[in-house]
Amino acid sequence: MSMKMEFNNQEYYFLPHVKINALLDYLHHQGFSCIGPQIKQDAIVYEELHDSEQLPWGLRDYQMPGQYRLEENNVKRAFSWANGPQAIKPQLFKPKESLWRVARDSHGKLTFKNVTHEMKPIALFGVRSCDVAGMLIQDKAFLTEPFVDKHYQARRENVFVIAVNCGYSSNNCFCVSTNTGPQVKAGYDIALTEIDDGFVVTVGSAAGEALINKISLKHATDEMQQAMQREINNAATMQSKAMPFDNTRVVRDLLMNNLDHPQWDDVAARCLSCGNCTSVCPTCFCSSETETPALDRIESEHSREWDSCFTEGHSYIHGKVIRDDTKSRYKQWLTHKLATWWDQFDTSGCVGCGRCVTWCPVGIDITAEVAAIAKPAVDDSASE
Amino acid sequence: MTVIKPKIAVYKFTSCDGCQLAFLNLGNDLLKLTDAVDIIHFAELGMVNPNAKVDIAFIEGSIATPHDLERIKNIRAKAKFLITIGACATAGGIQALRNFADTAEWVAAIYPKPETISYLATSTPISTHVTVDLELWGCPVNGEQILTAIKTLLLKVKPAIKRDSVCLECKRSGNVCVMVTKNIPCMGPVTQTGCGALCPSVGRDCYGCYGPSENPNTDSLSKQFQQQGCSRETIQRRFLFINNQAPAFLKAGMKK
Repeated sequence: MSMKMEFNNQEYYFLPHVKINALLDYLHHQGFSCIGPQIKQDAIVYEELHDSEQLPWGLRDYQMPGQYRLEENNVKRAFSWANGPQAIKPQLFKPKESLWRVARDSHGKLTFKNVTHEMKPIALFGVRSCDVAGMLIQDKAFLTEPFVDKHYQARRENVFVIAVNCGYSSNNCFCVSTNTGPQVKAGYDIALTEIDDGFVVTVGSAAGEALINKISLKHATDEMQQAMQREINNAATMQSKAMPFDNTRVVRDLLMNNLDHPQWDDVAARCLSCGNCTSVCPTCFCSSETETPALDRIESEHSREWDSCFTEGHSYIHGKVIRDDTKSRYKQWLTHKLATWWDQFDTSGCVGCGRCVTWCPVGIDITAEVAAIAKPAVDDSASE
Repeated sequence: MTVIKPKIAVYKFTSCDGCQLAFLNLGNDLLKLTDAVDIIHFAELGMVNPNAKVDIAFIEGSIATPHDLERIKNIRAKAKFLITIGACATAGGIQALRNFADTAEWVAAIYPKPETISYLATSTPISTHVTVDLELWGCPVNGEQILTAIKTLLLKVKPAIKRDSVCLECKRSGNVCVMVTKNIPCMGPVTQTGCGALCPSVGRDCYGCYGPSENPNTDSLSKQFQQQGCSRETIQRRFLFINNQAPAFLKAGMKK
């Protein structure tokens, strides 16, 4: 749906809060499984959404490097927060997934069988601009011919995206500098902006337009449209963090020209090499594959799970771990994400969601690391 | 035609028997396992044949008595492939806390007739005494890991055991980080995966029972614990616990 070409409908509609359930009902009737934000384990997570009551009403997230807290703000809004640890990625790129099975007959001949997963099409309700941008970047990794990932593709082709523009940014948001928010630009079926009592809605696809018509939304007034703009401006202006050089190819050149910068040692001393950053990153796409034989020695299952460039297995080639220390692993992550990603996908791999900053147990800040590398290295031997 | 099945054995040393239970708790898979292998010696299951030659020997428990020391050499000599299961066999176990104390003093304080107790001054992992072919960590070890090891070895392939951090398993399971949301000092970032992120899945911190991950940064995590309000003593106790003799944890725990 949202993968298809640009759609042109410039109208603004209004979805009152009381009509969220009508929207969910429509999607359920269309055969979608709705996934939306709700509170679990003291954070906002995306899970099966049946009723608007499940949404995180009146809650706001406070994020700092290595810290995440939810607090009530007593505002009758469902989206007065920025983001949680995950959003779209686990829905389309499953953390663990069986890929194929192989069986050996009595003559020793192997037969391979695809594993197909029964799945309902997914409607993602209330996803942020950074995450939609992340999805569009993962598309490049998973859907570029000739290496199309069938498992990702099967979910992605049927996904219905209800984006939500931000009215608030956390301390760790920096999507303005990465040009991926706070307003969603592409990749959605409809986009919402929450104002008092409901949402201003814009349309991004024919399927989105069909939904608007079906649940009979009225047009938004001029005042509502102005309120929408104020919300988005508010989210943009409150961002205090920024990726240096606006996340452009300048960052690419900076990093590639500073592979011996002392900052790599500095960050390696702090980095836990635990892989939290890559796991929460909406664009990281690495996986490892394993073979699980059955006890009968006849059958075996081949599956994959999320991996990380911070593991030894990630760089294990022909009997040797190529990147056997934290310094080389962190450098691999940063120079791929912000530098060679450009060569591979013609974009940066960073969407400014700030998750790697928040969910790093020791609070390593990607923007601060790049800024430190942007400073000329201090040469101990030189004196003024 | 008679099919000769590989012979396996499970031996207990100084331990609580919990890892043998991981075997027993396999249920149906344990029955299926007996189609593929002959269990020659497994006292807790009723098979007793301590001196037999075996293809795979599973060792539970640490070396803590002179008798342990004698037995392990005999078992190694008769086993083609030797796997340690659990924290005791792999790192000396919780009982290795005696290595920091005067064992004789402890024994005298606990037993009414200390002269009847036969013991070594230290509790040490199996690898201190004989060659170990594969280590399965955990307190207790995960039954699935044991099963996977056997299944893989039956195909004549050495099992690939991941030594990544627990964090990766937490994220794959959809757990929200307790360190970041609740300021709870969690050992997950320096602990080896394999448990399925059991403790964080119920909202508590990992206490490191699977031992150190392959590239643990204990210095950085210790500093973070300190910033979270832990005293030096609390931090030492986090490291000097079930896997206190695992070199990375021992070093971190002994740091002043």
